[in-house]
Amino acid sequence: MTETSATLVQGTLDMLILKTLALEPLHGWGISQRIQQLSRGVFEVNPGSLFPAFRRLERAGLLECEWRTSENNRRAKYYSLTRAGKQKLKSETKEWERQVAAIARILQTAS
Amino acid sequence: MGLWTSLSAGLRGLFRKRDAEQELDDELRDFLDKSTAEKMSAGMTREQAHRAARFEVGGVEAVKEEVRSVSWETHLETIWNDLRFGARLLRFNPVFAGAAILSLALGIGANTAIFQVLDAVRLRTLPVRNPQEIARIAFDRRGSRSGNFSTRYPDFSYAIWQQIRERQEGFSSVYAWAPTQFNVSPAGEVHSVQGLWVSGEFFETLGVGPEIGRLLSVADDQPTCATAGAVLSYSYWQEQYGGRADTIGGTVSINRHLFPIVGVAASDFYGVEVGRSFDVAVPICAEPLVNGEDSHLKSRVDWWLSVMGRLKPGWTVERAAAQLRAVSPTIFEATLPPQYNPSNVRHFLEAKLTAIPGSSGVSELRKTYEQPLWLLLGLAGLVLLIASANLANLLLARASAREKEMGMRMAVGAGRGRLIRQLLAESLLLALIGTLLGAFLAHGLSQVLVASLSTQQDPLFVNLATDWRLFGFTTALAVVTCLLFGLAPALRATSVAPGLILKESARGLTEGRSRFGLRRVLVVTQIALSLTLLVGAVLFARSLNNLAKLDPGFRRDGILVADIDFSARHLTTEARKAFSEELLRRVRAIPGVDAAAIAAIVPLSGDGIGHDILPGETGEPESEAPVAAFNYVSRGFFDTLQTPFLMGRDFDEHDRMGAPNVAVVNEAFVKRYARGKNPVELRFRVRRMMKTSAPYQIIGVVKDTKYSDLREDLGPIVYIAQAQNDDAASDAQILLRSRAPLAGLLAAVKSSAIEADPDADITFYNLHKMIDDGLLRDRLMARLSGFFGFLAVLLAVIGLYGVISYMVARRRNEIGIRMSLGADRRSIIALVLRESVLLLCIGLTIGVVVSLAASSAAASLLFGLNPHDATTLVIATASLAAIALTASYLPALRASRLDPIEALRHE
Repeated sequence: MTETSATLVQGTLDMLILKTLALEPLHGWGISQRIQQLSRGVFEVNPGSLFPAFRRLERAGLLECEWRTSENNRRAKYYSLTRAGKQKLKSETKEWERQVAAIARILQTAS
Repeated sequence: MGLWTSLSAGLRGLFRKRDAEQELDDELRDFLDKSTAEKMSAGMTREQAHRAARFEVGGVEAVKEEVRSVSWETHLETIWNDLRFGARLLRFNPVFAGAAILSLALGIGANTAIFQVLDAVRLRTLPVRNPQEIARIAFDRRGSRSGNFSTRYPDFSYAIWQQIRERQEGFSSVYAWAPTQFNVSPAGEVHSVQGLWVSGEFFETLGVGPEIGRLLSVADDQPTCATAGAVLSYSYWQEQYGGRADTIGGTVSINRHLFPIVGVAASDFYGVEVGRSFDVAVPICAEPLVNGEDSHLKSRVDWWLSVMGRLKPGWTVERAAAQLRAVSPTIFEATLPPQYNPSNVRHFLEAKLTAIPGSSGVSELRKTYEQPLWLLLGLAGLVLLIASANLANLLLARASAREKEMGMRMAVGAGRGRLIRQLLAESLLLALIGTLLGAFLAHGLSQVLVASLSTQQDPLFVNLATDWRLFGFTTALAVVTCLLFGLAPALRATSVAPGLILKESARGLTEGRSRFGLRRVLVVTQIALSLTLLVGAVLFARSLNNLAKLDPGFRRDGILVADIDFSARHLTTEARKAFSEELLRRVRAIPGVDAAAIAAIVPLSGDGIGHDILPGETGEPESEAPVAAFNYVSRGFFDTLQTPFLMGRDFDEHDRMGAPNVAVVNEAFVKRYARGKNPVELRFRVRRMMKTSAPYQIIGVVKDTKYSDLREDLGPIVYIAQAQNDDAASDAQILLRSRAPLAGLLAAVKSSAIEADPDADITFYNLHKMIDDGLLRDRLMARLSGFFGFLAVLLAVIGLYGVISYMVARRRNEIGIRMSLGADRRSIIALVLRESVLLLCIGLTIGVVVSLAASSAAASLLFGLNPHDATTLVIATASLAAIALTASYLPALRASRLDPIEALRHE
């Protein structure tokens, strides 16, 4: 547990998962590691919210999954983006940028 | 796509649950493995890494639960589990479950049954093509017309129907029809079926097709009527002809005239009259063939046809009505009856035609029963409300018993919503079983209800098929009921603060009022509502009693009516009179017949004749002539019915055609016209349209009697000797009083009639039975409201008993202390009864107010008493109070017999 870990803004976890998967298919552990790495340890994702998010995104048709057998003959579930997932990521990113810019403007003028 | 994925994945999850769980397990294990491996590579031992990884994940089961809760199928499973849990609880409490389900089934069953009948007679549309385009043409309120009204819908004469067909513009086509009775027996005893006169446009306009053969068309309804054939209804074809195809080409005898059967109508078509079903339909042009000398076709004063039509596209009922109104003067000028006197003419020409919506057909039944049915639905609704309150009460009692359980569950982290859902599942289960059972009950009840409205002379047909409306009604009923009785207890059971509940389980001394209030409110509601129902029941019972005990002014027991139809003889008026006399003479000769007489109108049969009375021997009245009821009777009529003479004499053999006109009148007539003079000196003339009679002299005055209906006020009646009547029917209605056994009497009357005329058709009925049949609606209301009242009181008393017993149980400690401090039995009983008297008083007070407000709805259905009848209120209130006090006396008595030591030890 890193002391710098922060709580995620509501609803952004889905976007982060989609973004992580935009590069290549990954399994659950990989996704959580990737988010942690890319955020330089700021976000540490708890499995209790990660796995429900997978199920949710899968049900919404944004993710698809595939079982692969790993080196030590263990089954691992790999997630990848569907076409709808890619589109969703694009629109979510745009919306996020818009909001961040707006918030930044507000914060600047207010100070 | 998202929905589809979710649906298919969910279904897979449901049906391949083990696979899905396995996958989740694997996935989580994989996560743990990888996490462990990572931590080991960072330098931890396997043991440490494993522990750290597990710690990071938190509870594996908790994560799984989180994942599951994302999917909809899990909710389904939760509900299923809740239902199973509920079922188990109910199985442990079979008495509670049984009582709950039974009361719900009765309540829902009664509501559904009544709604089903209402749906069939009021809400459903006719089984024809685009029923919303069908409209009925009728008279509006203006003007009036005189003449002979026959059939159930005597709107128009044949002449007016022809005019309407020619001059209307709003309908793509119109048709005329009339219900009637056909005697289909070729010889011997009469066999009546439901007949229909239809114009050629009937089936085509309605868009009804044949099951087999062909239906009637305009070509069949021509003045020559050369090709007149008969169409059977599907059900009649099935019953009488076994559904055989060779029925077509056969013949059916209608009033001894043979008609070829040309076709059978579509199976779902019962006609355009809701509440009846036709058996045989024949074109209107054939009416003279069937009715012979008494045909209505040529007469302009015979009102017997009803006219309906299909609106042209773009025409509304209002627009069609306006067009009909506009052509009304032309139509009525063209069809003015030549028999009318100036005052008749004026009234007739004031009349206007209009159009009214006809998508749900026409119905005499609807007119009579719609209001009572809505009222009964309201009463049944109240019963269901009381049943729900009762259930809520029982569930509340259980809720308080489960308070500790709930507190405990909440203390260990169960969500309130989840607990409420679980408690509601139990209620849902009760509602579900109750509704299914109720729907099943309703199926039988509605049939019984319809059967109880049918009489031998008046068979009803009501299509009780289930439709979406009925389904929706029952479902809504189930849901509302479930929420009504389930929600409050569930909220109450889970509204506890866990800590408080665990503390309260220490022994308390007196029961706090706080958690008890809702149950009192429920009991008060129950008492108030059941008083309302009881008042309704007593009102209807008293009304029926008033009608049954009413003295109609004549004897109703032991009078047999034999209607002997000799129209096959084709006699002239004078010969008819002579033949009737002959029949009467033969009937009187039968041993055991004490008295017999002929009457044109059988009292209380619903038939009637009215004519203008012109007082004095000459002169025209200045204003409207008053109207009196008439009857043409033979000598012995008053003796047969045992109506006493107040003065004067009965008709005798000298009162014939050519002799001075004589009349017997009733008291009301004397009161109205004699103005203190001796009635014997009074002279009056009778005007029947254009014809004004020679003056009549009054030879006798009889006691007042009811004429056509028990509910009517006593009015003036004029009796004229049958022998002095210008007109005579082709049948003789012989009333006979006899003490002889019925079977032998019927046979004797039949054989003596057949002796005189081998072709005679004879129908028998009992005067008493006929009058009773006229009280069908009153009896129905009295019975059903009585049943509902009984149920309501039973439920309310159970509710009160439950609450008082519960209170006694909760206050055992306190009672024990009081007793050990020296309170005697009587004061303990008083303590308990005080509570129930308080609830009762509040309930009854509210109940009286509600009853007074609600009973006006029944005003028009009551006879001989005011809806706010004080006696009724007193009877209902006193009996409910007595029953309720008895019910609460039992727990009071039990409380007074408590052993103080035991009670104190009790926790």
